[in-house]
Amino acid sequence: MNRSHRLGFVPLAGLAALALVVAACGSSSGSGKKALTASATGITAKTITIGSHQPLTGIAAPGYDEIAPASNAYFQYVNAHGGVYGRKIKYIYLNDQYNPSITVTVVNQLILKDNVFAIFNGLGTPTHLAVVKTINADHVPDLFVASGCECWNQPKTYPDTFGWQLDYVREGKILGNYVEQHFKGKKIGLFYQNDEFGLDGIKGLKYEIPAKQIVAAEPYNAAASNPSQEVGTAAAKLKAAGAQVVISFSVPAFTALLRLSELGVSYNPQNVVSDVGSDPITLEGLLNSFAKKSGSFGKSLLQGIITDGYLPSLGDTTNSWIKLFTKIHNEYIPKLPLDGNVLYGMAVAYTFVQAMFRAGRNPTRASVLAAVNGLPQAVAVAPFAYSLTDHNGITGAYMAEIKNGVLVPIGPVQVTDDTPTGAITTYSGTQPSAPASGIP
Amino acid sequence: MTMLRHVAIAVACGALLLLLSYRLDLYRDLQFAEVAAEVGAVAGLTVLIGISGQISIGHGAFMAIGSYAAALLLLHQHWNIGYVIVASGLVAAAAGGIMGIAAARLRGPYLAGATLMLAVALPSLADKYQSVFGGDQGLSVSITPPAALGATFPLQRWFVWLSCAATLVLLVLLANLVRSRIGRSWRAVRDDEIAASLAGLNVARLQILAFVVSAACAGVSGTLYAMVTTIVTPDAFTLTLSIGLLTAAVLGGLGSLLGAVWGAAILVLAPPFLQDFATSHGFSSAVSSNVPIAAYGVVLIVVMLVFPAGIQGGLRRLLGPAAPVAAAPFSALRRHAPAREEKEEGTV
Repeated sequence: MNRSHRLGFVPLAGLAALALVVAACGSSSGSGKKALTASATGITAKTITIGSHQPLTGIAAPGYDEIAPASNAYFQYVNAHGGVYGRKIKYIYLNDQYNPSITVTVVNQLILKDNVFAIFNGLGTPTHLAVVKTINADHVPDLFVASGCECWNQPKTYPDTFGWQLDYVREGKILGNYVEQHFKGKKIGLFYQNDEFGLDGIKGLKYEIPAKQIVAAEPYNAAASNPSQEVGTAAAKLKAAGAQVVISFSVPAFTALLRLSELGVSYNPQNVVSDVGSDPITLEGLLNSFAKKSGSFGKSLLQGIITDGYLPSLGDTTNSWIKLFTKIHNEYIPKLPLDGNVLYGMAVAYTFVQAMFRAGRNPTRASVLAAVNGLPQAVAVAPFAYSLTDHNGITGAYMAEIKNGVLVPIGPVQVTDDTPTGAITTYSGTQPSAPASGIP
Repeated sequence: MTMLRHVAIAVACGALLLLLSYRLDLYRDLQFAEVAAEVGAVAGLTVLIGISGQISIGHGAFMAIGSYAAALLLLHQHWNIGYVIVASGLVAAAAGGIMGIAAARLRGPYLAGATLMLAVALPSLADKYQSVFGGDQGLSVSITPPAALGATFPLQRWFVWLSCAATLVLLVLLANLVRSRIGRSWRAVRDDEIAASLAGLNVARLQILAFVVSAACAGVSGTLYAMVTTIVTPDAFTLTLSIGLLTAAVLGGLGSLLGAVWGAAILVLAPPFLQDFATSHGFSSAVSSNVPIAAYGVVLIVVMLVFPAGIQGGLRRLLGPAAPVAAAPFSALRRHAPAREEKEEGTV
């Protein structure tokens, strides 16, 4: 958008490259540390300012409103333990209510007024699509979008944008492959958000599931004025079509509404829910509040739902990452539930800190983008896809079942690519343990 | 003579705004452009309510029509921006004509209800016809400054120029219209429909025309808004926007074009300010995101009680001796109860 930045960018990038070379020489010869400078917009000798758009209120807020506070908790932890080369991370996250036109306003504010170094983990497919052009026109690093849309993997069109979580096409393939193997010949119904989020997921599913097996496909609109009525109709249609397995690409509020609507029409299919809409603790709260019930009502409705996970399960309390994030959770955000959203927020924040360390002592916008390429696996169960030609993030997941409110893995970690024919294989590597310091 | 004076004022304002656009930083430029874009809709609404005596609680719908028309024209036809602005104004005007035909038969709360329905129902069409209107994700609108301004000319400043220029033209046209024979006829209809029709005025036609003009203004405003925000989504045209437009018209002073400028400025600048204020005072996001809407309501009530002629009416009272327009527009809102109105007129 702001073309005057573009002119300043070329010499800046050159300078940055020079600085990198100098830094590299400095470290190899073992000489002293370089002084910290204000090496880029949003970076001072003491701080790194980053910004984000998040649904803190509105239809997508339940659950997702914990993500940014969780990321911030991890940044606070890093800040309290020496920061990134001594710089403290300042994280400004603004509420866009999951409304794309508000996203435009808040992202303009972050870039033009708050002068952030990068947009970090902007949440939502329709919302982020509204700003991805602007962010790239301004050459602001757009790191780790909180959406698995394939839209972020366009290195030529959007060189500054990187996805992070398992993209919906890969996820659709892994879910579809499982359903195809374990529910062979069963009638399948689809329930999905009517935008790139749902459509990408359906695309992946259809790579694995024969079209004739799909008996109903019911989209919903996230901005529906009467969501419960819309989902109620969808559930009735899925039942009427005789779907025995219902696969959902939905945000948590709509997953919960679907479950309640199924109950309302005495319909009990095998539910398979994509990762973003399946956090048990979030769903339990939503089910109880929608149905005005308490106690085990919500939990009982979730029993047996099949989903996938690309981060370690919170149920695995011996996992080094879960231990680390539990510790930070208890110290910084004890009031929030320790659920999948909190885990997600901390995990993506960890990845950002990883990238910032790789970007050098005096990072630039160019050096942080370069640092993302080839970023090593850490918190996720599968490696990243990041390369010069691939801006997708995590490449695999394990299948899981919700049992007594936690994800229980029911299969090995599988990795795949986002092509129609790419094989789904069991991941042979092992996930590295969390560093003892908790800092990359 | 009036025309010449209005054009002269507009040119002077244009020059001032041009200078201002260089003084502001790019973020302020963007906000400035948003204000300028909204002025048209508020001005159209203030003419509809304050001059012609009809009400619309759904004016956001006409903005939506203008926005979507513009987005579709830019996406598929790649028209010149000037043509797009005019064309989408015309599309909205046509929609206003249809609404106006219904409106001419409805009075008071029934008219309010009908326009409200339009604002509630229209955005859902975007989901219904997703392949055309892009569903919740909307349509993206991207315009670039003309190459003649140079490669480094900031987009935000171009938005300011575009919105201000289009809005000034709109305001000059409106100012002339309300001082013309048509404007006088509107006032006559507003003050007493029976007397106006006895005097030979075609009441229904005048009322429809007022809706057409007002909708055209909203359409142009919606177009500018779409260009400035670079996107058109159904979520941008919620009922809150329509209520906001109404609030802005009342706050600025019903029937006053200058008042529409104050109203639009408050409409755009107050919410982020209030939200920042609420957030910095430790309110949770659930509270702070609703503060602007609550503030609209409170301010509207307070203004109606202590400042019934709005900001512009207040300024006029402070600066000038006579304020003849102040009381009249409000009698229009009570038109459905003419018997009582006569009694009240004496006390105002």
